[in-house]
Amino acid sequence: MATLEIDRVRKAYGTMEVLKEVSISIGSGDFLVLLGPSGCGKSTLLNMIAGLETITGGEIRIDGDTVNDLSPKDRDIAMVFQSYALYPTMTVRQNIEFGMKIRGVPTAERERATRDAAELLQMSHLLDRKPSQLSGGQRQRVAMGRALVRHPKLFLFDEPLSNLDAKLRVDMRTEIKRLHQRLGTTIVYVTHDQIEAMTLATRVAVMKDGIVQHLDEPQAVYDRPANVYVARFVGSPAMNIIPGRLEDGPSGPALVMDQPNGGESRISGVVVSDDARQRYAGQPVLVGIRPEGFSVSAGGPDCVEAMIEVVEPTGPDTLANFTLGGTDVIARLAPLAVRAGQTAKLAVETAKVVLFDPKTELRID
Amino acid sequence: MAIEYGSAARSRMIGRTMIYSGLIGLAAFYLMPLWVMVVTSLKPLDEIYGGSFIGLPKVLTFEAWAKAWSQACIGTACTGLKPYFINSLMMVVPAVLLSTGIGALNGYVLTKWRFKGSNLIFGLLLFGCFLPFQAVILPMAQVLGRLGLSGTIPGLVLVHTVYGICFTTLFFRNYFVTIPDELTKAAQIDGAGFFRIFFSIMLPAALPIMVVSCIWQFTQIWNDFLFGVSFTAGESSPVTVALNNVVNVTMGRKQYNVDMAAAMIAALPTLFVYVVAGRYFVRGLTAGAVKG
Repeated sequence: MATLEIDRVRKAYGTMEVLKEVSISIGSGDFLVLLGPSGCGKSTLLNMIAGLETITGGEIRIDGDTVNDLSPKDRDIAMVFQSYALYPTMTVRQNIEFGMKIRGVPTAERERATRDAAELLQMSHLLDRKPSQLSGGQRQRVAMGRALVRHPKLFLFDEPLSNLDAKLRVDMRTEIKRLHQRLGTTIVYVTHDQIEAMTLATRVAVMKDGIVQHLDEPQAVYDRPANVYVARFVGSPAMNIIPGRLEDGPSGPALVMDQPNGGESRISGVVVSDDARQRYAGQPVLVGIRPEGFSVSAGGPDCVEAMIEVVEPTGPDTLANFTLGGTDVIARLAPLAVRAGQTAKLAVETAKVVLFDPKTELRID
Repeated sequence: MAIEYGSAARSRMIGRTMIYSGLIGLAAFYLMPLWVMVVTSLKPLDEIYGGSFIGLPKVLTFEAWAKAWSQACIGTACTGLKPYFINSLMMVVPAVLLSTGIGALNGYVLTKWRFKGSNLIFGLLLFGCFLPFQAVILPMAQVLGRLGLSGTIPGLVLVHTVYGICFTTLFFRNYFVTIPDELTKAAQIDGAGFFRIFFSIMLPAALPIMVVSCIWQFTQIWNDFLFGVSFTAGESSPVTVALNNVVNVTMGRKQYNVDMAAAMIAALPTLFVYVVAGRYFVRGLTAGAVKG
């Protein structure tokens, strides 16, 4: 268990900057997820924490100690890889013991630690098998066991679930979460799957183009995304970003969005700070509404008229597609609430509406 | 229907018969020289001069083999092939081990510890595979002279090791490139260093390609004649050079049976290696396609 500070860290290959002044700091026992599309620099950052990549600029500190110039083995970390990276010629037991053997841990202690880890991960019966005789999920377990036995300060996970099928991925996700709750270790976890990030993390860093776009608790990232990119990346279906206009009237601020038939929809009761109210009055804004921010309603000042184009029932709810502000909008509604071809009145949960500046695409507070 | 089916089966059988008889015929043609060598080596000399060449021996005798092994005259010394066979073993074993070992290390560095210019170095090494023997003889002779290794077995070991590195490096590089880099990273985090990773993880995983490399090198080095004849003389010659001398030095009647026996003695070790390790050879060559 340890704290991790990433302090203005940069990484460049020649003139190409992969990471630009990334700063992230997490406390002991935190579960940090680095979330982003491929090529955003998240794996590079993880490798730099591990010591597998050099640091071009800035500092990485584990438990307050700068580790920039320490080799991986001296950083007291363990890592789980996407391809599991089990040593193919060794048995599961040898795989797990390899690190301890190199560090000169006495045999008795080694055996005890291996047994404990195997019990924790329910793989005691697999200890004498070779990796090639294991299924994907079992290999994943062994890889985690190999990381666990050394009780390192920091666990690093590099897209550990990407190679598993959908069902197993959900199971292993829960298992990782359970392990974290039980052991309380500090974890850095890289993924491009926003659901993994939401379910596992205590802190999420959404990354793009080598920059941390948003660093916060998962719910905060979901509810109040820092910019349009984060809003679209986190959540499925993504947050609706609807071009509109902020109007300030005697009854408070209101949002105006174009209807496809040439008319306009007006939602009042939006929560906006006084500062934003002054700066953006009469100006165009981007209106961010989560699909579940809509609900079928009888009518009112917070309602929009929606000409439902397509309905996609998912079971627990129905996704309704319509056009608003010149863009496709998806609403998550109760099953059978609307039918395609109908016009429905949808209420917007105004407290959860997020506004973005159309030019900078940053959230307006 | 039944009739049609029957005729289809018949025509297929005719096709099969033709294919197999063709293959057997070609195989027999290809094996003819070996056949002649074996039967000739088992005949007494008189029978050969009596005109029987292809047929089975009337009198079976292993005299020619014994003579080739320990009595045949090479130049002025009539020691048989035995000392030269031992020379070849003394040359081939260290040369195979050294070139395979260095090739493995090279392949490991070129795939898992890439450095600036590593691809260029690999390209140059590849170029070495295409260098004809003749091109290196003169410079090699000079180097051996400076090192004081001219005309010695260790000199030949050096020559074959250097020449073999290109091939062994190619084998191991192409094999190690299929092993995920994450394996090295995981081992680094586990605390393993350069050589620990090499010996504990890479080499055990490289068993198939090691067999390929050893067979390849063994065959190349054992069968080499040019380097042997260029860099050694007299007692330190390898068996291939001695064989040439046995066959070319004739007193009285040409002893075909001894020549044949000597040639087979010289060829046996490579044959032996193929029979023992041949299946690993094929497996190793196709190993890159299978993931562990």
